[in-house]
Amino acid sequence: MSIAQLVRSYTLWEFIKAHWLTLRYFFKPKATINYPYEKNPISPRFRGEHALRRYANGEERCIACKLCEAVCPALAITIEAEPRDDGSRRTTRYDIDMTKCIYCGLCQEACPVDAIVEGPNFEFSTETREELIYDKDKLLANGDRWERAIAANLAADAPYR
Amino acid sequence: MTAFFQNTIGLPFGWAWFIATIVGILVIALPLMLAVAMIIYADRKIWAAMALRRGPNVVGPLGLLQSFADGLKVFLQETIIPSSANKTLFLIAPIITFTVALIVWAVVPWQAGVVLSNINVGLLYILAASSLGVYGIILAGWSSNSKYPFYSAIRAAAQMVSYEVSIGFVLISVVLWAGTFNLGGIVEGQKGHVFGLLNGFGFNPLLFPMAVVFFISSLAETQRAPFDLTEAESELVAGYQTEYSSMSFALYWLGEYANVLLMCTLNATLFWGGYLPPFDWAPLYWIPGILWLFIKILVFFFVFSWVKATVPRYRYDQLMRLGWKIFLPLSLIFVFLVSGYLMWARVGFSA
Repeated sequence: MSIAQLVRSYTLWEFIKAHWLTLRYFFKPKATINYPYEKNPISPRFRGEHALRRYANGEERCIACKLCEAVCPALAITIEAEPRDDGSRRTTRYDIDMTKCIYCGLCQEACPVDAIVEGPNFEFSTETREELIYDKDKLLANGDRWERAIAANLAADAPYR
Repeated sequence: MTAFFQNTIGLPFGWAWFIATIVGILVIALPLMLAVAMIIYADRKIWAAMALRRGPNVVGPLGLLQSFADGLKVFLQETIIPSSANKTLFLIAPIITFTVALIVWAVVPWQAGVVLSNINVGLLYILAASSLGVYGIILAGWSSNSKYPFYSAIRAAAQMVSYEVSIGFVLISVVLWAGTFNLGGIVEGQKGHVFGLLNGFGFNPLLFPMAVVFFISSLAETQRAPFDLTEAESELVAGYQTEYSSMSFALYWLGEYANVLLMCTLNATLFWGGYLPPFDWAPLYWIPGILWLFIKILVFFFVFSWVKATVPRYRYDQLMRLGWKIFLPLSLIFVFLVSGYLMWARVGFSA
């Protein structure tokens, strides 16, 4: 051990340097986002809570082609369909088990009519499991609630598709 | 206060003394618990700030009530006793730790003459009581009947014993200089210690290294950051408190931080002038001594948190090497130097 090393270790020089560094960090502005009050910006491609969209005239987009059900790798989607009174093919049941869903976005990719989409909402925690098994009403309600944001996101992402 | 109960209320001496002592204990212990709650909050906040985080900031203004919310949560939970644990010892262990962390405060001088129990051997009492604290940890580790708490208890015992040795020698050099074991006497002995200007043994170049050794040893003694091998979460889950839940866990938590506060107080009292202002200058004495003591305690607590935020954990052999191969010889050398200097200065080489 050289003299310089000896002096450094007995004067705790390295420790003093380290503490000076942390003291400077102590006074720096905080890096944390103050979450419930501040949020990070999210991409238009963000894959959050699912929603079933409608056309502007209020008609639901989904035509029950079941492509999303087929492509879903987690088998989270269950669809049953019948012809409606006016003869058009519509779903009678559209369930997504959100506890199975892996948020891969393949349903959105597969959908030929942009009916099922993953919206920008990620704050849908619940207190029971049952609440996470979404049915058609819930998904359509999500669509109505988030339509403006979803449409804007789809428009922003359209040039890259 | 005994005189007050005796003369004003007219109780016999025994009762007056008893009630006065109970009141004294409450006056120290209750604010101490409050201080511990706030100091846990401060610790989290300081640590967070140095990691560029915000720390608790939701419960109450600036998160000030966080510790009370945690306390309430812990209080409402079930105390789980592992089926293979030794029930009696398992429940007694946290009580021992907590009690021992509280009783040491009896001899801390808050102001000139303001001390619950002004015993002559206050420093020995502190050493004895803080050594007892290891019983709570060993019993917890053993009675849990689980391997990680057991490893942790062994580590804690070895660590506390090793560092108490050097703490003992450090205290001897302080006692040699002050000429008394009484904590109040030690504080008074620091008045105008350096050139009649600075109050505190720590300003003395012969004792400053001892102050540093004592500070680092007190980190080890309270199992704080660089020496927190007893609850090294990457190795031992949570150390000796792994099997504890609800209030028995909270007692450990409170006891640990009460010990941290105590070590801050001892650092302030033994080396940095306790309730005396840092400079021996009359206007500074207008500020009550207890405020000076609190300021010093808080400064030391900040340094404790600061160290926690800065240094990584020691390996166990490094911990033992530091204790036995560096601090022990160093403190022995300084006991020799200090006693030699005092002999020369006070008696002279007459022989």
